[in-house]
Amino acid sequence: MAAFLRDRRAVVLLLGPALLVYTAVLLIPIIWSLGYTLFEGSILGGFRYVGLQNFETLAGDRRFWDALRFSVGYAVASTIGQVGAGLLLALAYVFWLGRSSTLVRTVVFAPIVLPTVAVATLFAKLFAIAPQYGLVNAGLDAVGLDGLIQPWLGQASTAFWVIVLMDVWRAMGFYAVILFAGLVEIPADVLDAARIDGARRFTLFRRVLLPFLRPVLFTALIFALVGTLKVFDSVVALTRGGPGSATTPLTLYMYDTAFNFLDYGYGSTIAMALAVLCLVVTLALFRFARADVDR
Amino acid sequence: MKRQLTASLTSVAMLATLAPMAVSAQAPEDTGAPVQVVNLTVVQEGQGWNALLDLITQDFATTHEGSTYTVEYSPQEQHSQKVQLTAAQGALPLLYTAPELDVIAQLEASGYVLDLEPELERLGVLDRIEPGALSATKTAFGGKLLALPMQLNIEGFWYNKQLFEQHGVQPPTTWGELIAAGETFQAQGIQPLAASGIQGWPITRLISGYIFRSLGPDAMQQVDAGTASLTDPGYVAAAQAVADLGAKGFFGQGVSDLDYDPAMDLFLQGQAAMFYMGSWAVANFNDPERNLIGAENVGFFPFPNVEGGLGDSTQTPMNIGATTLWNKALYDDAAAQWLKAVAQSYGNVALAEQGQVTGFVVDAPPAELPALTQLVTAQIAATTTSVTWFEQLFTARELSAAFQNVVPLVTGQMSAEDYMRSVVDAGS
Repeated sequence: MAAFLRDRRAVVLLLGPALLVYTAVLLIPIIWSLGYTLFEGSILGGFRYVGLQNFETLAGDRRFWDALRFSVGYAVASTIGQVGAGLLLALAYVFWLGRSSTLVRTVVFAPIVLPTVAVATLFAKLFAIAPQYGLVNAGLDAVGLDGLIQPWLGQASTAFWVIVLMDVWRAMGFYAVILFAGLVEIPADVLDAARIDGARRFTLFRRVLLPFLRPVLFTALIFALVGTLKVFDSVVALTRGGPGSATTPLTLYMYDTAFNFLDYGYGSTIAMALAVLCLVVTLALFRFARADVDR
Repeated sequence: MKRQLTASLTSVAMLATLAPMAVSAQAPEDTGAPVQVVNLTVVQEGQGWNALLDLITQDFATTHEGSTYTVEYSPQEQHSQKVQLTAAQGALPLLYTAPELDVIAQLEASGYVLDLEPELERLGVLDRIEPGALSATKTAFGGKLLALPMQLNIEGFWYNKQLFEQHGVQPPTTWGELIAAGETFQAQGIQPLAASGIQGWPITRLISGYIFRSLGPDAMQQVDAGTASLTDPGYVAAAQAVADLGAKGFFGQGVSDLDYDPAMDLFLQGQAAMFYMGSWAVANFNDPERNLIGAENVGFFPFPNVEGGLGDSTQTPMNIGATTLWNKALYDDAAAQWLKAVAQSYGNVALAEQGQVTGFVVDAPPAELPALTQLVTAQIAATTTSVTWFEQLFTARELSAAFQNVVPLVTGQMSAEDYMRSVVDAGS
């Protein structure tokens, strides 16, 4: 095998096609998009070279900073929620549900295969206030908590949490399965030894389970963080960035700028900022993970 | 770069194809040649103007065999984008729903917009458009007739006559009376106003209504001309007045969740006392399956006066609805004959088929018109000065900010000043 992989022709044959496709569908558009950041104009009126003006505009654009703040806040809240809930579920599968966890695992996993628009419609109905109360407001009404009835999706403060809740509900089954796979890989004799040594619940979790789970947990965190930083469909389907622009992430701001207002130059500039953000977050996580492994 | 080159090549190619098509000043001879009309439109096939243009084309095809009318549906929120992309690819059809004014200017510069006035004059059918409608349409497009007035709408408050009578409320003539009426209804547990926050524009039109009454009918033109700004105190006061309606709870708790149809249904099911809307909604008011309060219970009052204001309620917000532009690059003699047929019969067909009031001359009115349609016709006839609407002269970005931020305005999440500032900033 080693001899085979040392053969340059074999390496070219194995990697070539994939590299070619990768270059065509990813690298060229990225470079193309980078080129657009130096232009302004539209497809109808033509483009004009403006140098770094788009980046100057970006630095002073209040809507960009608002969108960035939302994206980061949403990514942090959703990641904690998704991976946290996933971890609790995985622990429940292994330690409480045992063999009967298959059915629960399937049910909890189901939302991830549903189309986002369907999930968003479900949540929009759940939290609706007009023309009829949704389940949440109707429930509050039924138990006499009229004061808590509110337009959940019409207020910046509550709309944020409804979107987070929806994405946590949708994705927690996925992370639960990943972490479950990590948990069942932990050798039973290690757990038994820890128990004999007197480790109970929290100590067992902190001293034994967590160290074993760490690589899987990091993988889950990277998936969740990068995935939520790029959130688009959930927000578009549930609030369309509103009320006002309160729940507009960078992706939606970029989409509106580039494709609704056809300002490809500035839209590409926002896309670049998002790409840099994802890159920085991923590198930071990898670095953190490596430092942890080295230790 | 490459796109610039492509755009230049497209322009050159277009000029080359346009040259033999250059129209002469004389009316073209009708050779009976067929026309294949395609309309890239925000209205579904068989609905609204599509049904009417289809009928006219069927009639036209009896003398111009093989003529067809085809609808290419384009959802409203993606329409502007679609028009620009198809134009850039040289694939824009003969007819298309007008995008925002700034986009129209670019399309016009690229040769995709036909000025209809000289064409109608040449075809001898300019007199088929009512003078008032001609001027309203030209005002909407900076002095040129770029679209046909296929609708002529007035806007104002529609009210539930029964609820007004039950609670002893008279149709308000001043803003103060409107607030007093709203408070009376609210005290009885009736929602005073139905409005769609998802659409946004049904609320921004209250802002422009207030602006026209308080600052005069040319107030928005002054903003466009740069002699006034939306952040000036008079304009901010208008946004504040509408924000105050929201703060009083007049729009109900769910304004942010309401779309166009559910908002109308609130009014038509007797759950809201008033509804600000254009007269295009009369078709829905006349539909007994939808209108549970009955057409006879729907009344109309113009936007009330603002105490001490420069405008008054005789100045009616009037518009020609969503408009349709004609692609100059595809306009030839066969299309000219079809345009002539449309100008000659649209007014009659629209009124007879849909009870739709248009800007065209009607010389064969149906024997019986629904009462609400008569009311609209009378109101249009009585209008001496018309005003436009808030976002009529806005760019695509300003329009988006105006619609998006109006819910935060009426739910107390954004101040009136910040709201107006957000619209101004979007345009800068």
